[in-house]
Amino acid sequence: MSLGQSLSIALVGLTGHVVNVEVDIADGLPGYTLLGLPDTALTESRDRIRSALVNSGEVWPNKKVIVSLSPAWMHKSGSGFDLPIAISLLLASGVIPSERSSEIVYIGELALDGRIRSVRGVLPSLIAAYKNGIRSAVVPLANFGEAALMSEMVVVPMPDIATLLHWLRTGERAQVRKLELEVDEEDDSLDFSDVAGQDGARFAAEVSAVGGHHLLLIGPPGAGKTMIAQRLPGILPPLSREESLEVTALHSIAGGLSIRSPLSTCAPFISPHHTATRVAMVGGGSHQIRPGACSLAHRGVLFIDEAPECGVGVLDSLRQPLESGSITIARSVGSVAYPAQFILILAANPCPCGMFSGRGRNCTCSSHQVRRYLSKLSGPLMDRIDLRVEVEPLGRVQLMHNELGTSSAQIRQRVMNARSFATRRFINESWTLNAQIPSRALRTVYQPEAKAMNFLHSELDKEHISARGLHKIMRTAWSIADLSQHPKPTLEDTQRAFALREGVGI
Amino acid sequence: MADTRKTDTRNIALGKFGEDVIANFLQQRDVQILERNWRIKEGEIDIVALYPNGTIAFVEVKTRSSLAFGQPLEGISPIKMARLQRLSLAWRACHSRRWRSFQIDCAGVLIDKNGSHIIEYRANVS
Repeated sequence: MSLGQSLSIALVGLTGHVVNVEVDIADGLPGYTLLGLPDTALTESRDRIRSALVNSGEVWPNKKVIVSLSPAWMHKSGSGFDLPIAISLLLASGVIPSERSSEIVYIGELALDGRIRSVRGVLPSLIAAYKNGIRSAVVPLANFGEAALMSEMVVVPMPDIATLLHWLRTGERAQVRKLELEVDEEDDSLDFSDVAGQDGARFAAEVSAVGGHHLLLIGPPGAGKTMIAQRLPGILPPLSREESLEVTALHSIAGGLSIRSPLSTCAPFISPHHTATRVAMVGGGSHQIRPGACSLAHRGVLFIDEAPECGVGVLDSLRQPLESGSITIARSVGSVAYPAQFILILAANPCPCGMFSGRGRNCTCSSHQVRRYLSKLSGPLMDRIDLRVEVEPLGRVQLMHNELGTSSAQIRQRVMNARSFATRRFINESWTLNAQIPSRALRTVYQPEAKAMNFLHSELDKEHISARGLHKIMRTAWSIADLSQHPKPTLEDTQRAFALREGVGI
Repeated sequence: MADTRKTDTRNIALGKFGEDVIANFLQQRDVQILERNWRIKEGEIDIVALYPNGTIAFVEVKTRSSLAFGQPLEGISPIKMARLQRLSLAWRACHSRRWRSFQIDCAGVLIDKNGSHIIEYRANVS
């Protein structure tokens, strides 16, 4: 038979589609035709596959080879189709038996010497395969870490094509060990006990971790804004299996699994530089739409240092994901939705020279410059930020203080206790975090104590807060109440929430 | 390029040998050879053959003495095929007789050191 067929996956965003890779070896002049809207990397597959097969001791057919990737209308990209094309070709040549290779998804790029190289997006591809009823897959050995997360499937890692062919022909292969989810070691290096003083900012970080509230830190250079932000993932609860799968899938598509362990349960921490473009922030690309920083920070923390220095519109491009928890990117090749549920932490100096804090004696900026600087953070964006705290420069009293502050492990325990409190309350609701309580529910079911409501209403009457601000404060108050295990936010909880939102005068 | 002429002569002899082999091969299969090395300004058709069923075949022969540069048939590039197509039209213009149908065939001849050869014949390519 001169026809061969195998399965692979084409990714469009996070969604995968099963692709039939068919190869026909026809009479005619030797040649190679690739059909089915391939991109450049895929068109180059011919030379990689040919060298890989010949160098693995296989015979390249001296005939006309026609490769068809079906469905033909879908754009396909990337070198991950090398392996399925090679397998279909060998099936068409009749040199490997067909019974073992059917109903297997193949993913992998071929090196010229026959090794199987890692590709992007293996985990989302396997998830798609599983949803389509395919239960086994061959992946590059280097991608086994993420592939093993799909424990429902039989995933066979292969180092090179010779080993793979030996398995297909004889059924013999080396046993692979199971991999388990692990907690990253690296979070030990960043501990909250390193942060001296800064009780206000510490508390705000804890509240932020409990309720998923966004946070703005304002302070002079060297006060510890970055230190605090970097330590936030360490006090977030570990990711559940489903969350970990989601995060790893996103990082897999972006090609970032070299820095992040695929099995990690630690919340991601993404800190793009303030020169980042809008596309870098929300995702994009003309051929393949890749996730941006806000999707990589999904289930974790997106930290933007020197936020007022960001380009025009970069921060405001985050408004949609902040509101909906996902980002839809439309390009001519199609439109893709990536999840983007993150805690946003903005850090800013109080003025261009950075010294306008405390008594502001060292500040060299004009009053106009000072006013202009923070107004670069737009009103609609600031409205979505529930916690705004000043990080004061440390005095010698705090620095001389020998005792270490509370450690990340202790804070994390408090955060987890508070979250489980909230989870029990929201057991019949569609949301899990305080920051996600809809306004309607706030007005009806989730009201603070009467005294607290009176306080909020009087602030509303004095036009100190808007109606939306009132709801934001109520959400924060719930997180503070959860931390103190109050069944309902008390007057004190609500006043603290009010101070956290309105304390900084911007 | 000191020995260009020497290599050229050798290659011409090799090509001639391959064409002879294919001509014999076709005749053994009751294919009539109408013309050998039909040449005009634009190029040359190696063999024009007439199949028993009345089809005219324009045959391009590629001969190689080793696999160092790949299979003989791989040496027939798309450019050569396009030229052969144009030449076949020219041949038909020069021969006003009506033929049943036309096709282009390609033949590869691989000769090894002790003189034996392997033929690969692909009928009606393009």
